Amino acid sequence: MDMRSDRTVLQIIDLDISFKTSAGVVHAIRGVNVELRKGETVAIVGESGSGKSVSMKAAVGLLAGNATINSGQILYRYVDDDGSEEIVDLLQMPKRQMRSTINGRRIAMVFQNPMTSLDPTMTIGKQVMEGILLHRKVDKQAAARRALELLELVGITHAEARMRSYPHQLSGGMRQRVVIAIALACDPDVLICDEPTTALDVTIQARILELIREVQDRLGLSVIFITHDLGVVAKVADHINVMYAGKIVEVGTVDEIFYDPRHPYTWGLLAAMPDLDTSDARLVSIPGSPPNLLHEPKGDAFAARNPYALAIDEKAEPPMFQVSETHYAATWLLHPDAPKVEMPAELKVRIAHAFEDAKERR
Amino acid sequence: MSQPLLRVRDLTQHFRVSRTFTAKAVNGVSFDIYPGETFGLVGESGSGKTTIGRSIIRLYDPTSGSVVFQGREISGKLDRDTEGMLRRDMQMIFQDPMSSLNPRKKVASIIGEGLDIHRRYRSKAERDTAVGALLEKVGLSKSHASLYPHQFSGGQRQRVGIARALIMDPKLIIADECISALDVSIQAQVVNLMKDIQEETGCAYLFIAHDLSMVKYISDRIGVLHMGYLVETGTADEIFANPVHPYTKSLLSAVPLPNPKFEKRRRPVAYDCKAEGVDYAVGHERTVAGTHKVLATDDELARWTA
Repeated sequence: MDMRSDRTVLQIIDLDISFKTSAGVVHAIRGVNVELRKGETVAIVGESGSGKSVSMKAAVGLLAGNATINSGQILYRYVDDDGSEEIVDLLQMPKRQMRSTINGRRIAMVFQNPMTSLDPTMTIGKQVMEGILLHRKVDKQAAARRALELLELVGITHAEARMRSYPHQLSGGMRQRVVIAIALACDPDVLICDEPTTALDVTIQARILELIREVQDRLGLSVIFITHDLGVVAKVADHINVMYAGKIVEVGTVDEIFYDPRHPYTWGLLAAMPDLDTSDARLVSIPGSPPNLLHEPKGDAFAARNPYALAIDEKAEPPMFQVSETHYAATWLLHPDAPKVEMPAELKVRIAHAFEDAKERR
Repeated sequence: MSQPLLRVRDLTQHFRVSRTFTAKAVNGVSFDIYPGETFGLVGESGSGKTTIGRSIIRLYDPTSGSVVFQGREISGKLDRDTEGMLRRDMQMIFQDPMSSLNPRKKVASIIGEGLDIHRRYRSKAERDTAVGALLEKVGLSKSHASLYPHQFSGGQRQRVGIARALIMDPKLIIADECISALDVSIQAQVVNLMKDIQEETGCAYLFIAHDLSMVKYISDRIGVLHMGYLVETGTADEIFANPVHPYTKSLLSAVPLPNPKFEKRRRPVAYDCKAEGVDYAVGHERTVAGTHKVLATDDELARWTA
């Protein structure tokens, strides 16, 4: 098994997943490639139903029962307890082994809604200790001490008293901190955050994002961030994968995606979000809605909503074209024979403006 | 300026939870909405923004204060005539289009219900034409009238919600987080639609949301709400260019912007009204400049504007 580079921790290769539903087979993931390097943050951005959560749930063995993995590999590199380096394919691993060696211990997940991901009948302290007692050979006192440390690490005040509280006694922001503490309980290498701040207010969101970054710096974590909020992405990500209809359509560093986007879908996403300076009469919107993956899209899945679509988009799916060493986009517009098309004027103005802004407010 | 369409003065809404505890959701809030404008109400969850909307449209009975809509008091007991006016001229769009549309009714019945209740048509054909025309106005087609809500996507469902509000030709629409549950690309479509409708019909919006960039984009004037108090009001430009209240500042600093070079360096400003010793109950509304007002004591105002 081969990984792209020595620093790669997690690599998803050509992942393809479909779901059996009463309406038919939904081909939700259609060949996804994602690479996560040590200590970096990779964001996966897309609309609901684009498959961003599903591809990460596959990595931790949490797929629903009606899912079939048609093909692909999810390679994960870790240092074993005896100090040797191992690379495993998480998709081939038996579920039991996955639960005992990977979940929580090496790859941890933070879910969207802290009210549903915490057990309402267990105290906070017990929930944080649960994973520690399961994965590490320590006694209860040691686990309790560790739990206390963790709660303090994630910025919960009066941690000792909070250990005995139940989830409903905490505010939304505090609950999400507890969920993060649980995720960090066994010193994982990889943290997968699935829309961790979507259910929270902006002020609380800002604090949670700060917290995740702080913990990441301190513990050297690699983070995968799933979100639909481009503002959040700008704040946390090093690399971005833009996902549409079960495919990655553009990938690049955060600066490449925000200041030099190439895929029309990325243009649309960036332009559709008003920033605090937008004063145009109308927002640029992407017409229509995402395709229903019950019916396999022919050609480029985005063609129907794409004002820049070419004739070939109806017939063949575009491959990933290389823009720079780190920047790829799947659109026929990048083919050497394609007509030269520029991004929408509004977006161009805004990017120039954003550039100025970044300089000014330094 | 012309007469305000809606005039809210010292609106208070308390909920008695138990004998010893009363939730004070809204405390003495005052603002005006003029015909054809959009007033944005922002604040964190639990700040009382939804409660204000619901008290105005009388889904709750206000504890005290006055709400005057089109020159008529609507906060107390309503007579038949006033209630008819209120139910006709003020409409609401809800946050979650799935739970606010009756799953057992076809779209035509959902949208046409207001017409039925107020007997605003002479023949069945007239009603159907009205519903069909409205469906097309909100970007759906006439054939959608015979479908059920679950057969639509999220964005389409919200369009049905908008059509239902529009059928009565209202003067004021209360839009309570009506785009929060939608995807970014769909949000832009719905906001554009709301703007088009405003231009065409001249209705006013009370736009309740927590997404500040969207509120700034759509609103003429904005009110910032915190813990049931309206801490700052003004035009969108006044508030965003020159926020005075520390809560507003903290809120603005927390909005993530799609500009990585800038965003990566930015740190949110923290605000804790207890730690700063700010007691909203003792403050009064002070004018900063023009229509820009802030809730403060003389001391605080001097400190914040210094």
